Amino acid sequence: MKIRVEQEEFAEAVAWAARTLPSRPTTPVLTGVRLSGDGDAIQLAAFDLEVSAKADVPAVIDEPGTAVVNGRLLAEIAKALPAQPVELGLEGNRVSVRCGRSTFGLPTMAVEDYPALPELPPHAGQVSASDFAAAVAQVAIAASRDDTLPVLTGIRVELTATSMRMAATDRYRLAVRDIPWQPAAGGEHFALVKARQLHELGRSLGHADAVQIALGEGDDGRIGFGLGDRELVTRLLAGDFPRYEQLLPSESHTVATVATAALTEAAKRVKLVAAERTTPIRLQFSDGEVLLRAGAYDDANASESLECEMSGDPIEIAFNPDYLLDGLTAVGTDQTTLSFTTANKPAVLSPAGDDTSYQYLLMPVRLSN
Amino acid sequence: MTRAQLHRPQVPQPVGADDRGCPILHVDMDAFYASVSLLEHPDLVGQPVIVGGAAGRGVVLSATYEARALGVHSAMPMSRARRLAPHAHVVAPDFRRYSEASAGVMALFSSLTPLVEPLSLDEAFLDVRGAQRRLGSPRAIARLIRDRVHDEQGITCSVGVAATKFVAKLASTLSKPDGLLVVPPDRVVEFLHPLPVSALWGVGDKTAEQLTRLGLRTVGDIAATPPRTLARVLGDATGRQLADLAWGRDPRRVVSTATDRSIGAEETFASDVDDAAVVTRELLRLSEKVAARMRARGYVGRTVSLKVRFADFTTLTRSRTLADPTDVAREVYAAARRLYDGLHLQRARVRLVGVRMSGLRDEETAPRQLLLDEEGPGWRDAEQAVDRLAARFGAHIVRPARLLDPPDG
Repeated sequence: MKIRVEQEEFAEAVAWAARTLPSRPTTPVLTGVRLSGDGDAIQLAAFDLEVSAKADVPAVIDEPGTAVVNGRLLAEIAKALPAQPVELGLEGNRVSVRCGRSTFGLPTMAVEDYPALPELPPHAGQVSASDFAAAVAQVAIAASRDDTLPVLTGIRVELTATSMRMAATDRYRLAVRDIPWQPAAGGEHFALVKARQLHELGRSLGHADAVQIALGEGDDGRIGFGLGDRELVTRLLAGDFPRYEQLLPSESHTVATVATAALTEAAKRVKLVAAERTTPIRLQFSDGEVLLRAGAYDDANASESLECEMSGDPIEIAFNPDYLLDGLTAVGTDQTTLSFTTANKPAVLSPAGDDTSYQYLLMPVRLSN
Repeated sequence: MTRAQLHRPQVPQPVGADDRGCPILHVDMDAFYASVSLLEHPDLVGQPVIVGGAAGRGVVLSATYEARALGVHSAMPMSRARRLAPHAHVVAPDFRRYSEASAGVMALFSSLTPLVEPLSLDEAFLDVRGAQRRLGSPRAIARLIRDRVHDEQGITCSVGVAATKFVAKLASTLSKPDGLLVVPPDRVVEFLHPLPVSALWGVGDKTAEQLTRLGLRTVGDIAATPPRTLARVLGDATGRQLADLAWGRDPRRVVSTATDRSIGAEETFASDVDDAAVVTRELLRLSEKVAARMRARGYVGRTVSLKVRFADFTTLTRSRTLADPTDVAREVYAAARRLYDGLHLQRARVRLVGVRMSGLRDEETAPRQLLLDEEGPGWRDAEQAVDRLAARFGAHIVRPARLLDPPDG
């Protein structure tokens, strides 16, 4: 093996692949990154038996070859190297890394012990990378972090003729986002993907313009994401995602539009007096004004009011402040529309105006008297 | 009018025959320290006796009603008391005996209802809502308390029975000594309105003076004053509170949180167990027991703790805080089970297991995060139905299938 690559591209690719390295590997070889040089590129691969990541870097291959070395160490070295060409070689049972006047030797692990990476499933279509990243961030926030109900740690992905829908819920809130989708062939497809994995992917799309999606349904279903020279394949979550469509309210009795930043700031201030993380914050909408309150009559308390555009009945409703703030962050537009039916029914946060592509349903906290 | 003057009732006592809807009892020992001290000095019964620092300094801790008739009351400087009652006997306090008597009285209360809120050594609020099936009406329970306190401690007490804490406390004060007064909900206004303003909670000398200046002398006067006017004079909080109290409105519940920080149950196996199925079955049984006790006391809790003691007496405890407080056995068990599975025991010999809930709060007043898919009856409703069946037919009338005894043969 004798390979030359540019330091910056190499370091980025190693770092990207190394994100997939398992934190608690079941066998030592899984701490490794597999380097394979062939043709005009070197491929870096990492696998934790659930998610596999591959990244290709253009390279000059003087002598093709394959080796497995400790992934985290390689990532740290690659990042620390000067911005000069990097030479990789195999010397006995060591991989040598030379750059400028630095030389590193890394012990290799047995290539034949490294598990076979799953095949990329059939191509299903593509979405814009920026849409995808934004949508994942908006939806993943509502997914559960509690493994008690594994299906709720997932994001439901629905692929139809023109749109890709993502939905997640932890039973307290539900986030649904639609983005444009270019299918490769007809038919509808559904998948349940771990929110944590999608979230990681959404934050590391790099320079890709589009995300290619590959989907293999069935018992051993997998979903693949292609980003040009990078590719990620992960196992689908098993189980039935809740029938969430019926939760989306068909009517509302109160609709208010507020400046997102102002409401966010006010909520953060008022929540300071909350005794616990889950102590509710109350919102009272009336006469073109929303009054935020938290705390107790006989304990520390706070209130703040701000203007809002409002139609319909006055309402007082209470929320877990963190869930409210999550929703305001996720909506992401200057103005947020909040729609309500009653104080014990879900509220809907969405971008102001006619944009219906994002909905954040938030279940209130019931107050007693 | 001072608090001491309240001892003599000024209104015709509403003799409440109807004690439905008055589950709150205020029980107050009569001249507690003095009465307990007299048990040691039977020769002084019927005479003016003052309990307090004997050295001529300090304050009066308590006095018998004979001494009170001369104007002596608790917290009065000793020197003044002696001038008022020069022939009274002065007895030094014996705090060990007071705490013993107090512990006995409080234990009696706790045996009647879990909802006991002690206010001091010698008085407490009781909510007997859940005890009526077993012990009879609130009035009957009040009589029972008075008899048993007398029999067991040799002292008398007075009990006020009403729908609210505020009225119950007034009723006990007005029935003193050795009295019982029931104020049914429909007699509250007629009971309260003739009383002086100082009868209201939160009205001390200063506030009473302010009110008198406004021409408000009785509770009825306050009830007839617009709350806004009261708020202007006394401030928002006090104004609103007085307006509520004057109409007998007092939403405060009897809370026994001071005594209940956690509720738990544990079981020592007859012989050490290494079968995980037997241990988890016991965890289910204990979870059922703990959750039923929480529901009976009106609590929800957020933290589930598991305790495992092994054959060699080493003990592990693990706890997990839930996203939402619960009183549902199924959820308690799920958390306890996860904690147990997380120990990864390999046929370890287990001597004892325990399940405990902490982070308790009042179910009725705790805000509750609602669920999106919360519709129709859930496990909580099922378990409450079981509670009702258990109350009628006995504790084990309905059990999870896993806890049924295996059929013979």
